[in-house]
Amino acid sequence: MACVKPIVMLMDTPDETLATAAAGGDRSAFALLVERHYDRIYGLAYRLTGQRAEAQDLAQDICAGLPVKLRHWRGEARFTTWLYRVVVNAAHDLRRRQAVRAKAGIGWGDWEIARQDEIAAQVEAQDWLAQAMSRLPIELRDTVALVLGEEMTQAEAAVVLGLSEGTIAWRMSEVKKRLRAMAAEDAR
Amino acid sequence: MSDELDALKAALRTAPVPDPAAKAAALRLAMDNFDRLQASTDALRPKEDHPARVGFLQRTKAMLMAVKTKPVLAATTSVAALLVGFVVILPLVGHGPLPQAQKPVVSEAPEALIATPEAAKPLAPAADKAVTLQDTAPALKAAPAARATLGEEAPAGIVADMPAPMPEPMVQPVPNTEAFANADANPVKVTAEAPVSTFSIDVDTASYAVVRSSLNAGSLPDPAAVRIEEMVNYFPYAYPAPPQGQAFRPTITVMPTPWNPNTRLVNIAIQGALPDVATRPPLNLVFLVDTSGSMEDANKLPLLKQSLALLLAQLRPEDQVALVAYAGAAGEVLPPTSAAEHAKILAALDQLAAGGSTAGAQGLELAYQVAGSMAASGEVSRVLLATDGDFNVGIDDPQALKDFIAKKRDSGVYLSVLGFGRGNLDDATMQALAQNGNGTASYIDTLNEARKVLFDQLTGALYPIADNVKIQVEWNPAQVAEYRLIGYETRALQREDFNNDKVDAGDIGAGTQVTALYEVTAPGSPALRNDPLRYGSAPAVQGSAELGYLRLRSVAPGAADSSLQETPIVPGMPVTNDTRFAAAIAGFGQLLTGGKYLGDWGWDQAIDLALASRGSDAFGYRIEAVNLMRMAKALAAQ
Repeated sequence: MACVKPIVMLMDTPDETLATAAAGGDRSAFALLVERHYDRIYGLAYRLTGQRAEAQDLAQDICAGLPVKLRHWRGEARFTTWLYRVVVNAAHDLRRRQAVRAKAGIGWGDWEIARQDEIAAQVEAQDWLAQAMSRLPIELRDTVALVLGEEMTQAEAAVVLGLSEGTIAWRMSEVKKRLRAMAAEDAR
Repeated sequence: MSDELDALKAALRTAPVPDPAAKAAALRLAMDNFDRLQASTDALRPKEDHPARVGFLQRTKAMLMAVKTKPVLAATTSVAALLVGFVVILPLVGHGPLPQAQKPVVSEAPEALIATPEAAKPLAPAADKAVTLQDTAPALKAAPAARATLGEEAPAGIVADMPAPMPEPMVQPVPNTEAFANADANPVKVTAEAPVSTFSIDVDTASYAVVRSSLNAGSLPDPAAVRIEEMVNYFPYAYPAPPQGQAFRPTITVMPTPWNPNTRLVNIAIQGALPDVATRPPLNLVFLVDTSGSMEDANKLPLLKQSLALLLAQLRPEDQVALVAYAGAAGEVLPPTSAAEHAKILAALDQLAAGGSTAGAQGLELAYQVAGSMAASGEVSRVLLATDGDFNVGIDDPQALKDFIAKKRDSGVYLSVLGFGRGNLDDATMQALAQNGNGTASYIDTLNEARKVLFDQLTGALYPIADNVKIQVEWNPAQVAEYRLIGYETRALQREDFNNDKVDAGDIGAGTQVTALYEVTAPGSPALRNDPLRYGSAPAVQGSAELGYLRLRSVAPGAADSSLQETPIVPGMPVTNDTRFAAAIAGFGQLLTGGKYLGDWGWDQAIDLALASRGSDAFGYRIEAVNLMRMAKALAAQ
């Protein structure tokens, strides 16, 4: 094999070094990288989708696609920022597919109605978090997942979502406003 | 922070612990895919003991060897599909203007197949070539046992066993994942055996622009990227206009073949009518813009924005424009808007930024949905897909995508494809999409080309005047013993498809020209390539002076059934600069693809002929072609 340059992978090797090595074909670096970040991927996927099963599927899809995705890793951002972006994009794709499917599903007969009912029941069974999250518009939900869920600064979240910091700040104030309105509504 | 936010934060922070089994499965899948990706990459990465450019066959062999040793490959369901990917992409290895051509070349980038097995799955024309190799797929499946014996080729195995390969990041070449649609050159046919030749017209021009971008980047184009008919059809010709009320008019010119004194060229030129532009129906355009990460380069998204801005100037207030982006975060960027609102449309265009992966299929669905909502009776709706062809996410099943587009085609929405940038241009998919979507595929490499496609020739590009145009020529064995269709390899039709309106074919836009060239050999000519048969082969009926008979079938836009137009092929039309120039370009294309039938005729002759026949050339397209020929000549001499 040409250009073999073994490097020792330690538990404290920075993510960026691992990612660059993995993108270059280093198997152990890749293994360490996914192992290290699976929980993070799953966590954000859960916060974005609000459903365990969905988060699990999404995390698996992301892991499966990561080797190819890493080809585009240029080391321009922090690895976690890059990874968060991958997760957010994957969640968006999933939602879009679901939207198309839901539309196609209208008028599919009993089987589909039963399935839709089941989904509705699941939603109802969820706790306050799901209630609150599901009443927020999608773009606010994404912002909340990153800023509150992942404890990112507004600047970091802006980089992940490809938006300006001001937009994030506005969105967070919007979230606050809506949560207050929801609380007032629930109190009545 | 307020109480509400704190409560939400607390709830969000307590995310459930991942299921260990699911985690293990996901990690395993990640490693499998990593190995698979490496397997295909390792085999193609040049070794130090090779020169950077190894022979085509050697590389093929090395790659197939490596493939055989990969159990992972065999374990997937897509062995056949991956092989198809090889077939389509292989001819490219080591050619083409690789994106790093301008940089000091440290190593070649023959990583063609790593990223796009999906994209290269058999969409239309590519499928023809794929068939032969699919047969070998079962053999590969049986091969995993061979793995242990080939230590050097084996993938980086278990973590502890092997020092991890670590190519220097700076050396890592940008993967070139281009794929082109092509087929072998049409052979010489014997009229007595196969008197009928059938094909669909091809109004695309993408191939010429790809050839130009390769030559301008200093390398000869991959022969697979050369489709001669698209090169010929790139140029405007002044063919006689059709009479009032007719959609198009064929003009047949018989002339001596520039490269062979003993054969003749038959130029079949079709001129589409140019309806009164002032009374054209309103247009509904949906720009479907690829904003995936790969579109970042200056010659992709920025050029695309400029190009679409050019187009806007040509539209009228009653025309409507919508903008759909597809990539990670996609959706309708601009709802249907009157073309008069320039500022609004330009602002929406300006907002587009590259990022995320490509999900072409969902983008297409959304674009068609938007186009459907805009359509009113009598209006023309078209989706303009602008992409670098990186369809590697979202198409789970290329056949399904093709079917989807074909179905939408029947709903009256047209699809045109604008290709941008090089590096992972998936010409094969673009061709398949445009062909199935009743549209054209153009490749935009410069703002000038954008002007040609979207400004000067906008009417032709957006207004179809005849759909499903098929050409059938029956040759008269008394006059033509052998014939050869130059180009149109990817457009061949079965003889019986000609009368079958269910079989789709190309469409002619308003005011456009389509040219097809045959090289024909008379009986008894010294240029005959086939000896007469000793047995059989009935003597040709003497008498008719016709070389053959041309049948054209087309469907008026919106109509259900096709109509037929017939003309005998007889010599007599004067040879013009246009027909001579078309012949020069056909020669150019053949020189780029090997020039099997050209004899001694070479670059100098092609240049002379093109120069002599360039005519007024108001836009300079023809002189540009001459300069490209000069460049190709210089590159070929290296």
